[in-house]
Order: sequence, then C-alpha cells, then structure tokens
Amino acid sequence: MAKIGKIARRSFLIGSAAIAGGVAFGVYQVRKEAPNPLIAGEGEATLTPYILINQDGITIIAPRAEMGQGVHTTLAALVAEELDAAWDDITVLHGPPAQAYYNQALLGLALPFRHYADSDFQHNLRQSVGMVGKLLNLQITGGSTSTRDAYERMRHAGASAREALKLAAAARLSQPVGTMRTENSRVIAQNGTEIAYTDLAEDLRDITPPDTDLRDRKLWKYLGTSMPRTDMVGKSTGTAQYATDIQLDGMKFATVRINPRRNGMISYDATEARAMPGVDTVIDLDDGIAVVASNTWLAMRAAEAVAINWEDATYPSDTETLRGAIGASLDGPADSTTRDDGDVTATRPGTEINASYSVPFLAHSTMEPMTATARFTGDRLEVWVGTQAPVLVRDKCAEAVGLAPEQVIVHTTLLGGGFGRRSEFDFPVQAARIAQSLPGAPIRMTWTREEDMRHDFYRPAAMARFRGIVADGKAQLVDGRIAAPSVTHSSAMRMMGSVPPGPDRGHVEGAADQPYAIPDFRITGHLTELDMPLGFWRSVGNSFNGFFFDTFIDELAHAADADPLQFRLDMAQAEHAPSAGVIAAVGEMSNWGADTPTNIGRGVGFTYSFGTPVAEVVEVEDTGNGIRINKCWIACDVGTALDPGIIEAQMISGAIYGFSAAMQGEITFRDGEVEQYNFYDYDALRMHNTPDFTVQIRETNPHMGGVGEPGTPPAMAALGNALFNLTGTRARELPLINTFDLIL
Amino acid sequence: MPTTLTINGQSHDIDLPDDVPLLWVLRDAIGLTGTKFGCGVAACGACTVQIDGEAVRSCQVALADVWGAVTTIEGLGTPVNMATLQQVWVDHQVAQCGYCQSGQIMNAAALLAQTPDPTDQDIDDAMQGNLCRCGTYPRIRAAIKDAAQRLQEA
Repeated sequence: MAKIGKIARRSFLIGSAAIAGGVAFGVYQVRKEAPNPLIAGEGEATLTPYILINQDGITIIAPRAEMGQGVHTTLAALVAEELDAAWDDITVLHGPPAQAYYNQALLGLALPFRHYADSDFQHNLRQSVGMVGKLLNLQITGGSTSTRDAYERMRHAGASAREALKLAAAARLSQPVGTMRTENSRVIAQNGTEIAYTDLAEDLRDITPPDTDLRDRKLWKYLGTSMPRTDMVGKSTGTAQYATDIQLDGMKFATVRINPRRNGMISYDATEARAMPGVDTVIDLDDGIAVVASNTWLAMRAAEAVAINWEDATYPSDTETLRGAIGASLDGPADSTTRDDGDVTATRPGTEINASYSVPFLAHSTMEPMTATARFTGDRLEVWVGTQAPVLVRDKCAEAVGLAPEQVIVHTTLLGGGFGRRSEFDFPVQAARIAQSLPGAPIRMTWTREEDMRHDFYRPAAMARFRGIVADGKAQLVDGRIAAPSVTHSSAMRMMGSVPPGPDRGHVEGAADQPYAIPDFRITGHLTELDMPLGFWRSVGNSFNGFFFDTFIDELAHAADADPLQFRLDMAQAEHAPSAGVIAAVGEMSNWGADTPTNIGRGVGFTYSFGTPVAEVVEVEDTGNGIRINKCWIACDVGTALDPGIIEAQMISGAIYGFSAAMQGEITFRDGEVEQYNFYDYDALRMHNTPDFTVQIRETNPHMGGVGEPGTPPAMAALGNALFNLTGTRARELPLINTFDLIL
Repeated sequence: MPTTLTINGQSHDIDLPDDVPLLWVLRDAIGLTGTKFGCGVAACGACTVQIDGEAVRSCQVALADVWGAVTTIEGLGTPVNMATLQQVWVDHQVAQCGYCQSGQIMNAAALLAQTPDPTDQDIDDAMQGNLCRCGTYPRIRAAIKDAAQRLQEA
C-alpha cells in the first residue's frame, strides 16, 4: 500500500517543520491568531494548520491524539466533508506541538455552570473563555472534548481550503470562480474539465483562502455516517506505529526502574548489571536507574539486577492510613459547595436515608506500557511518544535536557491506550534523559508491566456520605459530602507548579452537576491533603461520583417504594429533557419492568458527564457458579452524532472500562509501594465475562456532547444496582468482588 | 553461535543469548514490531504468534526453545494483501487503540484453523487469555463468527 510509505515521508516533513512559524494561506480566525506550524515544502501547500496538499495527496493534521477513540477518523471527516475530498485520498497525521492546536473546549468545562443547563449565552461564554486555552498552549486530548472542539474549526478549514482550490482552478482555466464546483478531490469546471486537488498544490501558493459559510447538515455525506476508520488497516496488520515500534539506525534499547515509593535513591550498586550480556550502560535518573542494552529484555533483566536502596515515600505508607486521611477530611469543613438548591438544613417530613460509600485507588493499565523513543544530538532532541499533551512533553523534555523548547521536536505516534495516563510527561522525560547521556544514539525505552502498574498516576480513592429524605414516592432532599485527594491539584502542581483558583469542580462532577430536580439538594467537596501521584482516569471525578450519587439515588428509590427507573425519570423530566430522554429510552430498550426469573437481577444507572447524558440498564444472572453480567443496554444523547459506529464503540468501551473497575479494580499500598504488579493481580473484563450490548444514540441534546468517557460512570452504579436487585445486598464499596461471587 | 529461525517463511540468524524470549528477538533483533509486549508473563496475549500453526505467547518461549516455523501478524497478511481474518477485522471496525489486536488476530487464526465453526463457548475458551483494555470484545466475537462463515464458504 503506497499510503504507508507516504505517511512515513510526510511525518518527517511535518515533524521537521514543527514550530518554525507560518507561511501559507491564512483562513479561519484561529489561524490568524496562532501561527501555522506547517511549512510547505517544494510543490506543497499548507492551506490551514489542518490541511497539507501536495502531489502525493491530501493530508489532514489532527490536533488530537488517536488513542483508540477514533478521533483521527472523525476529525478527518469534518475536514473532508467541506473539502469534498474522496475518503480514500486522505491521510491523517498527528499535529506537532503548536499553539494553533490548543483545545478550546477543554477549558470551557471549568466554568461554573451546570453544563446541562446550556443556554446559548452560557455556551458562547464557554467558547470565549476557551480561547484562553490558546494562551496556555492547551494542546491536550482529554475531557471528551476533541470533537466538540473541532466541530466548527475543522469544518471551516475544509470549507475555506475548498474555496481556495476553486480560486486556483478558476485562475488556471481563466474562468469565473462561480462556475467551479468540487467533488471527489477535484475541481470541476462548467465545461467538464477536471483538475485534481493534488495538481493545484503549486497554484495555491498565491491564494488567500476566503472565509465561507459551513454547509447545511442536510448536505452531509460523511458526517452522520459510520466511516471506515483511517487507522483500521494498520491496526489489523501489525503495521500501525506506536512509540515502542519506532526503528532508527543504531537503535539501542532501554528500560527504567524507578523508586516504587515515588521518591529518590539513597544509593545503588550496578556492578553486576553492567557486567550482564548486552548491557551498554546504567544511568542514574535520581529517582531510579535506566539500563541501556542491545535488546529490551536484556535491559529489563539487568535493571532487576541493580541493587537499590530507595528513599521512603512522602505520603502515608499504607492503604489503611490513606483511607483514614480521606475519612477525616469527610468530617472536616467543605472546600466547595457547588450545588445548593433549597435548604438542606430545614426539617422535612418523610423517610430519612443515610449511607456511606468508599472506592479504591485505580490504575489506568493501558495495553501498551509507558514507552518513548528519543535521540539527543547536542543542540537538538527528538522524541517519539504516544502523548495526550505534546506541548507539555516538549517543554518538560526541553527543561530536563537543558534545551529551549524550539530545539525539541515531538513526534506524536499512535497511543496504545491513553485513558488519561498518557497526559503525563514522566516517561518521555525519562527517554530524553537517557538519550542525553548517549548523544547520537536513538534510544527506545519500554517500561515493564510491573513498572507501569506501580508507577501510575492513580485515580484516587474516595469516600462519600449522603443523607436523603423521600416522601410521596419522590426525593425531597439530598445532602452529599464527597472526600478525596484532588486530581486537579495533583496534576496542576506537576504541570504548572501551582493550583488553579476557585472551587475544584472536577472533584464533585457526577454529583453536584446532575440534572435532577430535588427541592433541597446540596453537594459539598472535601479535599484531602495528600502528596500522592494522582491523575486523570477515564471520566475523572465522575468515575467515583457517578457510583456514589447514582447508587444513593437507587437507595432513595427503594426507600420511596418507587420504580428505580421511573424515580430517576421523574426527577430528570423536570430539569433536563435530553437526560429524561435517555432514561426513558433505556427503559424501552430493555423492556424494563418485565418479569424476570429469580436468578436474574436488573439495575439502572444514570450519569450526565462531559455534555452527554447516559443511562444504562445492566442485567446480571446467578448461574449457580457465580454471578455474570448478561446484558447491558445503553442510551446516550450526544446532540449531533458525527460517527455512529465510533460512538457505539466508545459507549461500549466506556462501560467495559467501568465494569472492570467496579468488579475487581483495586490498587493498594504497603510500605509506600503499590502492591499490584501485573494483569494477574490487576485484571479487567475479558471475552468470557463481557456482556452483550445494545446501544441507542439520541440527538435531541442542543449542544454536542463527548463520547470517550460518559459511558464509564453509570456502568459502575448500574452494576451495583443490578446486584442489589438480584441479591438484596447493597454494596457501598468497590470493588464488588469483595461482596459478591462474580465470575472473573 | 547464532541461532537460525524461520520467521514468516524467511530464515534469520540471531546472535542473542539463548534465553532471550522470542518476543524480543522478533521486535528488537529482526524489527518485526507488529508483535506487542504487554505483560511479559503470559497474562495478556498481546505477544501471541504461531509456531507451526499453534498460538503461543512469544514472551514465554526462549530463543533456544523455538521448535518450528514462526508466523507473526506480518506473515499472516499485509495491508495490500490482507488475510481473510484481517479483512474481517477491518470490515467490523474492531480495533480501537489497536495495541492488543495483533495478538487477538493471531489467536483467532489458530482457533479457526482448529475449530472452523466455533461456538460462543469455543470463542470464550480460546480468546479469554487475550486482554483488551478498550473492550473490543463484542466486535472481536462478531468478526470471528463472520470470518468462520467466509472461510467455510471460500
């Protein structure tokens, strides 16, 4: 396939063009404010920061990382739709670190609104606050924002490029531009003359692409349908390239062994390791060592042979103490009160329910352990890495090796899973430092699975306490307290060295922002001061609050003697129609309320997160040989469904990620070290215990929602609610395997 | 003394210690990076290749113990000439991050060679050693069934 060769060549061109400033054809507003990082080579045109046309074809630059969520395909479809490019003619590449690729939608999430109450005023305000993202170089893939961020920008890029191509063709043919039309990567003149876009690359150099209106949705050909993913052939033939697959002449292979207590080294002795076969060198990384060898496995063996005296952890050394600290903050004063409807201190008639919940630390455990490839040549550093945050990687690597950011080139490869883990910069910085100690030699660094499991930035353990009152079959009052160490603070300190001002909304998302009308409704956040390695884990705060809040809603429904699905529906109907819509839909899909055998249990779960309401019904079966999940029905409302096949895959993926964590995910600490090592003690769903799924995608939401994360939070709650329905036992702690005999 | 291996029909002389796992011979010495490292302890299946048609975890087979001809994902088919199973994987849009899929496909290929018309239980039994953190299992199951049909009709 000729395309593979082209990809490699174009990667190089764009990689080397990174940063150096803009030529080319300005169009859309964003480009005017941030320089185009693409430099046109001989016979090429970089029409916008998103499109490169040369004689070989049309390349679309995706500003977001492809980590499995299909973002390259959907972002390319946004451009191709307006560009009238034939789908087979397109190649998609990751963009270099550049201001032009900042994520406007991500920062908008920080504004103090209930996101479901999204009036146009609030929507526009969020968009403009999002512009600050450009100043912060917020080129980050996260928060389920990629498509929302790109939806207008990338269609505009395609539209103005199309108009530029028409102008070029009109000039060449000396015919009025108004008589030109475009189709299948060609400009077609009134007399039928066709000119391929690739033949117009040279002509484009003197043309400023005009601004133009976007097409009406009724005219869409690609958007709204399931497109063949641009990465699918590579991923089905072993030819897709991850950071761990980069091959360069003279390559050496490295691994690291870092302090499992996340501190420094007191001393180490590498005498034995240095004498082992294939070993080139052992490098001191301050918080651990790296071994460079002629083969990755030889490096891993030698790393084990280094005798290291580690410093102790700076955080409490065992799970019990950590949980104690979180429990203590639950009793302490609130750091935030971001939902406070009515008056929860008033005396209300009805039945009072009190419940406490607890969830453990979780690892991301991407299939590809942390890997990066780097080459240092004195005044230049090149890094190949699967990253959700290329600008951050560039700047942190530059700092680590004493270069300016513009001397560092970051090539973003495909990510072997992200889930938030690859928004961190620890591993590319290690590769950069190893490369610096062996100038000229390309270094491919691969962590062991054990290193990966024990050096994650974990989803924090969290606890909650809820008080509620039900009367007349309805929730009258909900007062919830949520305690955990702050993911936002932990990551902000690593990335920026300071904590952002204002209440930590991420800490209470999935509870405080739920679209339910409850007369007295308060959620307070309680932050636990712990200096822990914590990070963004698929759905972030929703990952624990979704379980806490929706499980408590289920408890209230039972206390009110109401049908759990109808109970949620009643509260959502009064507050947010799209949310009510998904709850009703999942009821219809699952034939909710139908009689089931006694060995079958069903539960419903609902969470509104990342702009998308998702309701899930889970059916569990007591097989007599353990409990299994039989079925899962999912209804989501994404507003505008750009690629139904990808959205369906993400909803199922998110639910499986949630089920895996809810059933058995648990990271524990002893002597400051994580006690889990590999997939044998931190496992996930597999083929035999994955249920059948049915997904319905709805489009009544007035604004587009995300799809990568919203499937995860309700899955955890729905499973627990189904197990309650089956067994009568209410699990208020995860993982559920500690309470139920689940088939693993 | 170099060890000679037959990989995807080609002979390779390997100059590495006897105990280096086949996985790392393939990836680092030969440059066949389609086979992935996931766990190193046969717990995830990402490194699955075939030796004489049998699916094996290449992280657990030492260089000196390779007993037959090795087939990797690159030997199954190429982007311009995909094996039926790979084409089915594309048609069903199975992969997400894709990192585990080489191993999934090599394991599924061995399953279909032995059991041309697998039941759900056969698929569960054969595939449960292959972990996918993106949760592509429903599409993998559908793809295997579709491939079984296509291969039987062929």
